[in-house]
Amino acid sequence: MKYYQPEKECASVEEIRAWQSEKLVKQVKHAYDNVPYYRDLMDKQGVKPEDIRSIDDLHKLPFISKYDLREAYPYGFLAVDKSEVVRIHSTSGTTGRRVIAFYTQHDVDLWEECCARAIVAAGGDKNDVVQVAYGYGLFTGGAGLHGGSHKVGSMTLPMSSGNTERQIQFMQDLGSTILCCTPSYAAYIGEVLKNMGLEPNKDIHLKAGIFGAEPWTEEMRRGIEKSLGIKAYDIYGLTEISGPGVAFECSEQKGMHINEDHFIAEIINPETGEVLPEGTKGELVFTCLDKEAFPMIRYRTRDICVLKREKCSCGRTFIKMAKPMGRSDDMLIIRGVNVFPSQIETVLLEQGYQPNYRIEVDRVDNNDTLDVFVEVTSDDISDTVKDITVKEKELAMAIRNMIGIGAKIHLVPIGSIERSEGKAKRVIDRRKLID
Amino acid sequence: MRIKQVSVMVENKSGKLAEATGFLASKDINLRALSIADTQNYGILRIIVDDPEKAAHLLLEAGYLTKITEVLSVAVPDCPGGMDKIVRKLSAGGIGIEYAYAFPALEPGTAYMILRVDNNDKAEAILNS
Ligand SMILES: [Zn+2]
Repeated sequence: MKYYQPEKECASVEEIRAWQSEKLVKQVKHAYDNVPYYRDLMDKQGVKPEDIRSIDDLHKLPFISKYDLREAYPYGFLAVDKSEVVRIHSTSGTTGRRVIAFYTQHDVDLWEECCARAIVAAGGDKNDVVQVAYGYGLFTGGAGLHGGSHKVGSMTLPMSSGNTERQIQFMQDLGSTILCCTPSYAAYIGEVLKNMGLEPNKDIHLKAGIFGAEPWTEEMRRGIEKSLGIKAYDIYGLTEISGPGVAFECSEQKGMHINEDHFIAEIINPETGEVLPEGTKGELVFTCLDKEAFPMIRYRTRDICVLKREKCSCGRTFIKMAKPMGRSDDMLIIRGVNVFPSQIETVLLEQGYQPNYRIEVDRVDNNDTLDVFVEVTSDDISDTVKDITVKEKELAMAIRNMIGIGAKIHLVPIGSIERSEGKAKRVIDRRKLID
Repeated sequence: MRIKQVSVMVENKSGKLAEATGFLASKDINLRALSIADTQNYGILRIIVDDPEKAAHLLLEAGYLTKITEVLSVAVPDCPGGMDKIVRKLSAGGIGIEYAYAFPALEPGTAYMILRVDNNDKAEAILNS
């Protein structure tokens, strides 16, 4: 089994565009007719459902942002009668008021199909034993992959996260072949496995993992693949759009195919809202095409990434998104270049440093300056200033390769970087104080 | 002779250095010699103690960034030009000296010089020749 729905996943670009156009017209009308808040947004923009005839008209539509979802909390974006809703999920709400997403049975089915595609792309079929170690509950991770695994027909282990020794016990006893959880939990399971003196491909028989819901690096991927003896696949999604499975990785492990029969992806300039050409870095915006309960049209994800449509060795034709490289809220413009703290963090992790850092941006004589303070451990230090300076220069070079501009690196002892409520204050932009 | 030197990286803030030396004193660790290098962001405290392994262990446990490095300890006559002679000899042999510091020996009339060089083996061979 190579594809879950080959007629969709390998359709021609023309077919995909035709589906998208047809569905978009209906989806916009559905939202306009049933969501007063969205009708207001369209009216303010001066656009009517009749103006939307194909995906070429998409740019005429207003954006929906997290702010709108908060304003309309809880029922403001519900587009069907409450009696049609069979499920809700919710974001954690760590940054302000939570978002509650509603699902009809149709919405749940389509979402689960997307997750089923991800499982099949990771080599899964009905003979597999799928261990779902994402959290179950309001979080979409557990429910999404659980439903997807059912659709594929795999034996589904609804483990939820935590109780790691029990997770490993089930892997041993039932011969789990596919693990679904967050990448950090996968890395932790690998560590515990090692501490228990167990070996991958001998004591446990996992072959693949589907990991998402938090940022992770290629470095982490290699570590997880080694410690669990698997191929690790990335999966992307967000509660507002449905949950995991909006995009998924294939055997090529280079970017995630977006389920374009259900979602249109755009990249915009986060400052101006202008749609950017394919291959350009910008904010990812999703339009749902098949949603009954919670239609999201041009929803701004705040994730910064790049879209690329290219022939993929897996045979799928869906456009691919790169792993998000940061959040638009965090974006700094330094010497005209977009810089994300997460890019710097990625370099630090790749170079073997701890992610304890502070970025300071300032303006001296009309030039932007970028200073990065990085806390070091005993392994990084030396008895000579010269050695430490060499390390600083190496790190500066790696950061320049990543972000395209130079930074001054300062390696500092542990404790030098102030922490507020446990988390280090990552970015200080002094230019804002001047302007 | 090769000996082990303990280096501690501390913040370049007033009191941080004293805090580290105070900690060692509280653990009854006697500093035989000490040198400091400092930059805008940090200071490196280099110390010679009787039991470097123990000192390093205690420092690490207390959360200090600590490193042990092998350095050369050379006895020099405690008189003008004593150190200069050694430095010249090493330079002539192509040895790079990262830093050096000295401390008086327990027996009067001699001093010890701590040398951090880029090649301990070669430097020792030159000094013994
Ligand atoms: Zn592919």
